[in-house]
Amino acid sequence: MTYIPISPHERDEMLATVGVKSLDDLFTAIPAKHRFPKLNLPPAWTEMDALEELTNIANANENVHGDLISFLGAGMYHHYIPSVVDHMLRRGEFYTAYTPYQPEISQGTLQAVFEYQSLMAALTGMEVSNASHYDGATATAEAVNLAFAQYRGKRRKVVISPTVHPQYRAVIRTYTQGMDIQLVGDAADAELDSDPSDLLAHVDDNTCLVIVQYPDFFGRVYDYTKFIDDVHAKGALVCVVANPTALAMFKTPASMGADIVVGDGQPLGIPMWFGGPSVGFFTTRKQYVHKMAGRLVGETVDSKGQRSYVLTLTAREQHIKRERATSNICTNQGLIALGTAVYLSLLGKSGLRQVAELCYQKAHYAAKALSKINGYSLAHNEPFFHEFTLVCPKPVAEINAHLLEHGILGGYDLGQDYPSLANHMLVAVTEMNSKEEIDTLVEVLSEVDHG
Amino acid sequence: MVNSSASSTEQKNAVPPLSATIVEPTIFDLSSRGRVGVRMPESDVPAAEPPPQHLLRPELPLPELAEVDVVRHYMRLSKFNYSVDGGFYPLGSCTMKYNPKINEDVCRLPGFLFTHPLQPIETVQGNLALMYQLQEWLKEIAGFAAVTLQPAAGAHGEFTGVLMMRAYHKSRGDDKRVKMLIPDAAHGTNPASVGMMGMTVVTIPSDERGNVDLKALEAACDDTVVGMMLTNPNTLGLFDENIEKVIALVHGCGGLMYGDGANLNALLGIVRPGDLGFDVMHFNLHKTFAVPHGGGGPGVGPVGVAARLADFLPEPLVGILEEGDDDKDMPPLYGYVKPAKSIGRMKAFHGHFGGGFVRSFTYIAMHGPDGLKDIAQYAVLNANYLQARLRDTYHIPFDRICMHEFVAEGQFEGSDVRALDISKRLMDYNFHPPTNYFPLIVHEALMIEPTETENKDTLDAFAETMIKIAEEAKSNSAIVKSAPNNTQFGRMDEVKAARELVLCCWLPEGYDLDG
Repeated sequence: MTYIPISPHERDEMLATVGVKSLDDLFTAIPAKHRFPKLNLPPAWTEMDALEELTNIANANENVHGDLISFLGAGMYHHYIPSVVDHMLRRGEFYTAYTPYQPEISQGTLQAVFEYQSLMAALTGMEVSNASHYDGATATAEAVNLAFAQYRGKRRKVVISPTVHPQYRAVIRTYTQGMDIQLVGDAADAELDSDPSDLLAHVDDNTCLVIVQYPDFFGRVYDYTKFIDDVHAKGALVCVVANPTALAMFKTPASMGADIVVGDGQPLGIPMWFGGPSVGFFTTRKQYVHKMAGRLVGETVDSKGQRSYVLTLTAREQHIKRERATSNICTNQGLIALGTAVYLSLLGKSGLRQVAELCYQKAHYAAKALSKINGYSLAHNEPFFHEFTLVCPKPVAEINAHLLEHGILGGYDLGQDYPSLANHMLVAVTEMNSKEEIDTLVEVLSEVDHG
Repeated sequence: MVNSSASSTEQKNAVPPLSATIVEPTIFDLSSRGRVGVRMPESDVPAAEPPPQHLLRPELPLPELAEVDVVRHYMRLSKFNYSVDGGFYPLGSCTMKYNPKINEDVCRLPGFLFTHPLQPIETVQGNLALMYQLQEWLKEIAGFAAVTLQPAAGAHGEFTGVLMMRAYHKSRGDDKRVKMLIPDAAHGTNPASVGMMGMTVVTIPSDERGNVDLKALEAACDDTVVGMMLTNPNTLGLFDENIEKVIALVHGCGGLMYGDGANLNALLGIVRPGDLGFDVMHFNLHKTFAVPHGGGGPGVGPVGVAARLADFLPEPLVGILEEGDDDKDMPPLYGYVKPAKSIGRMKAFHGHFGGGFVRSFTYIAMHGPDGLKDIAQYAVLNANYLQARLRDTYHIPFDRICMHEFVAEGQFEGSDVRALDISKRLMDYNFHPPTNYFPLIVHEALMIEPTETENKDTLDAFAETMIKIAEEAKSNSAIVKSAPNNTQFGRMDEVKAARELVLCCWLPEGYDLDG
């Protein structure tokens, strides 16, 4: 099956116009000994085959929308996605368009991205947002690039809280391995239960950026206002990695003084899709806009005097600055950012708040009930949003294996990333979890206690 | 305005009168206090103690709209967009081909949509089998020893590749290699990826036939070279006629050969970059295998490597943990494996699974080996046909058999019309313009890529329109220079956008627009 709309007769006419005899004659520039390899691939499927085979493959998974009750989060969350979101994403005018380099015929994408920028600025409280990054982890790594550029390489230390998502910390390390930057704060033996202010011991006049998470990887919500003040006193910038759903309820990182607020927009109407694509958001203060990686859409007027939108500040990008660009980013997550904008527009002020409230209420109900089971307890007393750390009486892997037999996808095994947290499970509860599901979890875990 | 706190900026941010225009208000303009788009269920658990008041935000300044308001708003916006589904989109180097609709259905199967990336491997064998198979197919198609699916886009794949190249040299104690050779026709992402690593870019000129200048390359090759990043076919649409010599020179000085896979669609079933000697290459699944471009993303940028770089791939890859047994009808157990000297993780989770892997897997499976070769052959035929039809009207600076795209000059003697004007005029005739002013080495470049999914009638109509515009440029240049005239929006004031930076339509209190 191909999608080529040229008949054999038309092909021959076209070959004649070009002045060659056959299609193969178009490829004489290719070294003859490597020309036309025989590819070892299965024969082509029809569309009917494809639908059947892909359905079989998809069904070989156990999904969290019918097969399993899920309490797994750790950076990607199962939230309800209203029908409208996918209906808009399925419009060919949106998904089969390209980067809006020709603004006269791309105002749909441009205005949608402008609105996405506006919505993310409203949610985080920050002044400017770019048109999106690949995901939360790469957005956080680009925050390091911004801070490094801001101090023109004269401050070469980045302090990372050990309670930033382990995969995000790994990506920062990959990104910066050639930059002669010192990354400190999250050593294997770092204290995990202490106050964020303990990180200040690492901050000095060589520090360009401090990165914290909100709520942190263990679900705890801290007010970073004083902490950010103290970091600023030492001349460094602060990047807050935020969960966007939590921002519907809790005070904004901007109001705490953050310089950069990044995160993953997946909770805002994007399916988990086994990890991607999601969308990284990146917001900052206006003064850093020229150092920010990625696309930006700005408002202007057209030749008819109409309000319109264009890609702007492109001089800082790779296609103009080339090796002097802040980042190599070319593609953003346009369609996913559009999905996020549709979700936020639809849920709006009251809907997103309700989602956050439901997450909060259900997670707290779950935490209370789980902590009453013999042998289980909560690891922390700090306020939390929709994810919390449960101390278990035996290895989390064993408990999760038992839960799975009962059709429950248990929480994240924190011992995988933190040696000191063996037997600690990160439990996520969202609006998708009914009281009955939570009660079932409690019931099955009670059995584990007895078994 | 949505909320009272923004009232201080209301004056500055006022919406212009809309009467004589077709402007769509922003989602914030459309907000009306108290409207509700979605109703969430009541909580079914006993109320918990609220968080401390000092942790809460006082307000949530999001818009308030009903469902129909939201649908109509985005429907209206969609109509302002030109798209592949709507018409011919010959944007050079971007490969705007038709996106099969079946892909949109299969990537949304619940088994894909509702799986969490951290689920136990036993519960996601379908996903892992698909990823494993896609890795294997990409290896076969491009001739590599190993493939990572993790990178999120082509530029992300480039960064991954360059990190591996340096890690390779370092692992051999070869620390003095700091120079990356990049042809003057390269995509801007190539030098930018190198810049992110603090390496030096050495630009290699093209010769008069559009190939890498061998003398300049030879002079640049020494023991400080990390490698060379080459797009082949290059951004002139030409296959480098000396490719074997180019690779031999780079390898000869100990450098590695990086292939920018942006133009791989021209090579499917024609030649495998790995067979030519490329050590590392990124794929652009969105270009090559018809994943929609989404108005700017997501892309998908897997990277393939030759055997000597396999240990440096990002982690994790998908591998077989336990072999299957056909006799017992036992499938293999798929899981995650970590390459021995991995450069690390490039993004959270596994890459663009739903958006890219499922669609590409389906697309490759539905083409098979012969169908893939057809893609390349017809993409190349269509480009050569258009080039032949335009040759007498537009100067083609590197005029020989091209691959899937070619570059023409958008200017004429005795006319002040430029490439950009021609592009804007094409909009009046309902065509998307070609890429302008790239590659940088062609004056007034118009880079045209028709792709294999266009029929002869469309190509003829486009050629005739291009010829007509060339006539207009000589007889009535004003109409070309003022274009587009028949579109909903006219040319934009880009200087105003950059100088009076307005990047969002809701402004937090205290924000000073003029500051």
